[in-house]
Amino acid sequence: MKTKQHFLTLCFNCRQAFIAFAFITLTACSNKNKKEQIQAVDIPVNREMIAELTAPPHVPTPVGRRKAKKLIVDMEILEEEGEMTNGVSYVYWTFGGSVPGSFIRTRVGDEVEFHLKNHPDNKLPHNIDLHAVNGPGGGAESSFVAPGHEKVFSFKVLNPGLFVYHCATAPVGMHIANGMYGLILVEPEGGLPLVDKEYYLMQGDFYTKGAHGERGLQAFDMQKAIDEKADYVVFNGKVGALTGDNAITANVGETVRLFVGNGGPNLVSSFHVIGEIFDKVHVEGGDLINMNVQTTLIPAGGAAIVEFKVEVPGTFIMVDHSIFRAFNKGALGMLKVEGEEDKKIYSGELRDDIYLPEGGGIQTMPVGDSVVEEVPLQSLEEQLERGKQAYMQTCFACHQSEGQGIPSAFPPLANSDFLNADVNRAIGIVLNGLTGEITVNGETYNSVMTRQSLSPSEVANVLTYVYNSWGNSKKVVTTEMVEKVINQK
Amino acid sequence: MFKKTYILFGIAFLLQTVVFGQTNKDMLHIQGGSYIPLYGRDSVLVKVNDFFMDKLPVTNQQYVDFVKQYPEWQKSKVKRLFADEMYLINWKNDTILNHTERLESPITYVSWFAASKYCECQGKRLPTVDEWEYVAMADEELADARVKKTYNEKILSWYEAPRTNTYEVGRNPENFWGVKDLHGLVWEWTSDFNSILITGESRKDVDKDTNLFCGSAAVGATDLMNYAAFMRYAFRGSITARYNIKNLGFRCVQDMPIE
Repeated sequence: MKTKQHFLTLCFNCRQAFIAFAFITLTACSNKNKKEQIQAVDIPVNREMIAELTAPPHVPTPVGRRKAKKLIVDMEILEEEGEMTNGVSYVYWTFGGSVPGSFIRTRVGDEVEFHLKNHPDNKLPHNIDLHAVNGPGGGAESSFVAPGHEKVFSFKVLNPGLFVYHCATAPVGMHIANGMYGLILVEPEGGLPLVDKEYYLMQGDFYTKGAHGERGLQAFDMQKAIDEKADYVVFNGKVGALTGDNAITANVGETVRLFVGNGGPNLVSSFHVIGEIFDKVHVEGGDLINMNVQTTLIPAGGAAIVEFKVEVPGTFIMVDHSIFRAFNKGALGMLKVEGEEDKKIYSGELRDDIYLPEGGGIQTMPVGDSVVEEVPLQSLEEQLERGKQAYMQTCFACHQSEGQGIPSAFPPLANSDFLNADVNRAIGIVLNGLTGEITVNGETYNSVMTRQSLSPSEVANVLTYVYNSWGNSKKVVTTEMVEKVINQK
Repeated sequence: MFKKTYILFGIAFLLQTVVFGQTNKDMLHIQGGSYIPLYGRDSVLVKVNDFFMDKLPVTNQQYVDFVKQYPEWQKSKVKRLFADEMYLINWKNDTILNHTERLESPITYVSWFAASKYCECQGKRLPTVDEWEYVAMADEELADARVKKTYNEKILSWYEAPRTNTYEVGRNPENFWGVKDLHGLVWEWTSDFNSILITGESRKDVDKDTNLFCGSAAVGATDLMNYAAFMRYAFRGSITARYNIKNLGFRCVQDMPIE
């Protein structure tokens, strides 16, 4: 639209603009986009419809061939405490109770009547800026709503694409950093081509008073946010929102479409799926389609639609390929694909030397010592609980949720003869790492485990958890035992 | 003779302070001064005169007494022009609260009109934004604690804590002036709450020639101290005088008697 006006002012003065406009419309201007926009404004709407809103990773039903409608969007703002990762909680500010907020699906020509409700329990006023809106502030000005109130405004969606929405109330950065963002999709007339599976994910960076993994309720840290030093970089609002049981799924041969957004507030995402190539990327969520892409850049406050056919079964890891964010700050998700192997496409034998998953903590290579000590524990129960938290943060990526490991890459901890044979050796491995060939339950492994930066009590907890799980010998490892091993060095 | 006069003066002075102290026993003397508010620059010093401020926010109990005395402010009788449907929504009827509410909690779900009237009926008034902010920049030790890191951290953590309106008044420590609960309990009405223009589009305010022009500019890396204040201004900008909000109460102030 802007280009058109610019073009017009070049050729004519303002009074003639209207005539020129009509002229260009009649002669079907060569630029296709302009044509679409002119039509979009004029698309009539019939009937009202309540918009289906979904929490991530799900998306609403495709628009298909439906006509443009008056679409009622009912969005509630909630400030509530949630879990960032095991043992760490955070007060999230949300659109619709989830981070990212509810997914909105529209088509070109829809007239959206937006109801923004600020829950009475909330402390703060909020608003919404939808990047799909043509209008000042993207709706922010018309939707500024106090707690216990509801604001209504409406807009017609003109441009197809995938757009970010977010809160724009002062302090803007803080509202976004606390989770106030989501995606709104505008499908072209007739809808996007149908695919087998569609999912919604969105990256965000979080800034907490305590360091990564520090337990308890963590407050927002303004200084870190200004310095752009994120403690957590995650998909869908928390570490592990898309791993383990929460992984998204598909079957061999299916085409998967991911609606990927980046809420920021600060960091740009290098979105990549390990072991897949994007057949098609709607660059920056717009009309431009790029093919055969390995990693696509998603700006803060931007989005992309990526599509790919999954050819072979397995677990495909989705990451921000600024890779420390993935393995140390949480920006990691999983797509689990089931079905028949195809040896022609991929021969098997999982080896992954480059993207060795390392878990949550900061790692160092073997050698060295001294780690911050924690408060001692009381009961075995507490030891097991904390041990499990440490396991899920540090060990889970390689040894897996049930200690089953990954065949020929990472040895199992479940029912492990190697583990049960020597507790001091096990303590030593966690403390110092292990390189070289070992035999576990009759299988040979030759891999690298880095030294884990855990305090003696954390080592004790995590080993106690492992020994008391999955058919192991139920040993209890104490902090003293760990310290003894440390001192032997 | 001279001695006598001195003594008389002395007695008169003592008498005055005693009387004074009694009439204002729930109010505290705030010594005036000048300060640079959130939206200010070096040149924009705001001057605040001496005044008295309520030590505590108005409680449910005090408001019950008020509506008994002034029935036109009871829930069923209030004019809609002065308070929307949310007015005292947590009350069972005109004079009794829901059993979930506590009498010693701060009154909330009151409109600006109601709050102003309440103060007026006590011979007081609502504080101005400048007065409120002036007293609120104190912590336990300093009159202006805004540069202290802990001061802002405490306030911001309250902004993130849910449901503080159900606490009883007076649980927070006295600040430099002896005033309690300015932070950590509920938001509070001010007489000129909407005099600062926040349009709802806070990024646009940056370009506007309003007070908040500087306010927005101030929220740079160098000026973290204003972050908490900025949220208060944003809150004030989002409300109108008819609104009744769960987390919004008030307290009154009084001018110094002219001598």
